[in-house]
Amino acid sequence: MNTLQRGDVILDIQGLTADVAGRNILKGLNLTIRAGEVHAIMGPNGAGKSTLSQVLAGRPDYDIKGGTATYMGEDLLALAPEERARRGVFLGFQYPVEIPGVNNVYLLKAALNARRRQQGLDELDAFEFMTIVREKMKLMKMDESFLKRGVNEGFSGGEKKRNEILQMTVLEPTLAILDETDSGLDIDALKIVSTGVNSLRRDDRAVVLVTHYQRLLDYIVPDYVHVLAGGRIVRSGDRTLALELEARGYDWLIEGSSAA
Amino acid sequence: MSTPTAPDLDQLMGQKYRHGFITDIDSDTLPPGLDEDVIRRISAKKGEPQFLLDWRLKAFRLWQTLREPTWAHVHYQPIDYQAISYYSAPKSKKDGPKSLAEVDPKLLETYDKLGVPLHERARLAGVAVDAVFDSVSVATTFKDRLHAAGVIFCPFSDAVRDHPALIEQYLGSVVPPGDNFYAALNSAVFTDGSFVYIPKGVRCPMELSTYFRINAANTGQFERTLIIADEGSHVSYLEGCTAPMRDENQLHAAVVELVAMDNATIKYSTVQNWYPGDENGVGGIYNFVTKRGDCRGRRSRISWTQVETGSAITWKYPSCVLTGEGSVGEFYSVAVANHRQQADTGTKMIHVGANTTSTIVSKGISAGHAQNTYRGLVKILPSASGARNYTQCDSLLMGPDCGAHTFPYVEVKNPTAVVEHEATTSRIGEDQLFYLLQRGLSQEDAVNLIVNGFCKSVFNELPMEFAVEAQNLLAVSLEGSVG
Repeated sequence: MNTLQRGDVILDIQGLTADVAGRNILKGLNLTIRAGEVHAIMGPNGAGKSTLSQVLAGRPDYDIKGGTATYMGEDLLALAPEERARRGVFLGFQYPVEIPGVNNVYLLKAALNARRRQQGLDELDAFEFMTIVREKMKLMKMDESFLKRGVNEGFSGGEKKRNEILQMTVLEPTLAILDETDSGLDIDALKIVSTGVNSLRRDDRAVVLVTHYQRLLDYIVPDYVHVLAGGRIVRSGDRTLALELEARGYDWLIEGSSAA
Repeated sequence: MSTPTAPDLDQLMGQKYRHGFITDIDSDTLPPGLDEDVIRRISAKKGEPQFLLDWRLKAFRLWQTLREPTWAHVHYQPIDYQAISYYSAPKSKKDGPKSLAEVDPKLLETYDKLGVPLHERARLAGVAVDAVFDSVSVATTFKDRLHAAGVIFCPFSDAVRDHPALIEQYLGSVVPPGDNFYAALNSAVFTDGSFVYIPKGVRCPMELSTYFRINAANTGQFERTLIIADEGSHVSYLEGCTAPMRDENQLHAAVVELVAMDNATIKYSTVQNWYPGDENGVGGIYNFVTKRGDCRGRRSRISWTQVETGSAITWKYPSCVLTGEGSVGEFYSVAVANHRQQADTGTKMIHVGANTTSTIVSKGISAGHAQNTYRGLVKILPSASGARNYTQCDSLLMGPDCGAHTFPYVEVKNPTAVVEHEATTSRIGEDQLFYLLQRGLSQEDAVNLIVNGFCKSVFNELPMEFAVEAQNLLAVSLEGSVG
């Protein structure tokens, strides 16, 4: 596996067009993400933010109509969802599903070992694994009883989101896409989640934050902010763009977009 | 028939049972057909006492007045009961494979996936037992320990010979011969089965398993099991095996009777994996079983746990009659139906005594073109003051062509009773599947994880080693059902 340097391209999306249930959602989207960067993707409801996340993770019922997505030199769109995951693409779900009767710790271990096999590493024994998990749980301020519960089973909205970030910190993905991880979080939970995400920031990784709220970006400071509207990136800028959006909303950008 | 080097699985499944019968049975076969003369001859061959012959004949006369039940949600061609031979001779071993090298590799692969021990594979695959499987010493060790504890665990025919008083007292006391069509047929013609008696105050020193009933007869189509747990005793009984069992008999109509006296506990676990027929539903076992436990004593407890993955048709309702005050009945079930399998299974909890409680947890999984039905009855009689029942039945559908059906009947005749019922039906979630794939799990692992999670509350009730086997069994049974 080649080691990434800061600035190397992790993901390059060109002209991505995708349909959901016969409706065209992504309309020629371009986006380049380099190692060491954090990108925030904002935009109005229905702009295609979640669609982009799901398409990159490989959700089967999304139709790719055109364009390319190259991940570390490979055609991402040709890979099965589990192959993408094992190569380091992680999606933090907006609505994490409950899987009753399946232990959190069991899933964590299976996921980590699947990733390690892909990297040519040995599977961890129970002791090594638990050492890692305990450390990450401390970071996420999660109680150990959590591990024995079913995956997201009976979790509150905040607990589900925290569990997503816990999984992410254990799996240490190369590209983490967090789909509205901040929605439904109170301020304390938001801080904890942000700590988890910030702990992942490194020169050889990248994070994509899909969010509605500027507030998250106070805690996870992005390198770039993009506005996704009408299935395309209509404006890119730095951190200050998010503040501007908070003040002015999206309308001024969307009008500009349709005129373009 | 010559010994094929690689017969296909279906063929193997259809071959003769080759386990070798115990030696006190004559080696001939009665011609097909059933009348009183046939029953007299079965009884005579087994050297039975007069009371048992009379009992069989009474059952036969009742059977003639009964009709096959048609209420179950299953469909099959009419069975010609006069075309069945009701007494078969021991099968010759000479037709069978001489070693594992001659057994179908597909079958061996399945054993491998299930983790069946090497020495056990040969027996299951029908390799001549005495040639490869020397477990006599194991069996003897077990027999000694049981004997020291005063536990009787033997083939039913041995019990008829050695303990006729117990048989006469308890046989048919839970499932009377006229209970239903199949029970009547079984009562008339059963050839063998298991008998267990746990004396007062004895905790059976080991789990009793049909697996260790070495050199007992192959009970074949019409098996009869009777378990009596005397006051304050405790026994856990394991029936069946996770490995696919071959059998030439299409119709199986077993009867199991359990009796628990004051403060006694019987835990009865079943893993059933008979040949389900091929993907088109051809062949396969019809499993029409009557299983019932009587909590006769105060604070007695009977617990049924079953994992049903085999048979083309399953018609089975392990039930509890809660007679004793404060007695407890439990039913934990996982029923899997794939391809063209049809399962109609569930339980009956009959509350007779005061303060009796029952728990029902049923998990039905349907895949392929299978139909899976839960049918349950909770009946609270006027005498059952303070009775409680909790029922949970969940169905999981895999794919668009299968079906799940739930028929819960509740009859409450005492106003102090509390009856709770929860039911869910869910399709194996695309969302759940995608979530697990996104975490790097393979499609197959993801499905197994979801299914095993769904069944967890039942698997928790199984004895430890059975639970692990059951998980593997589910994985094999549902292979390729999604995606």
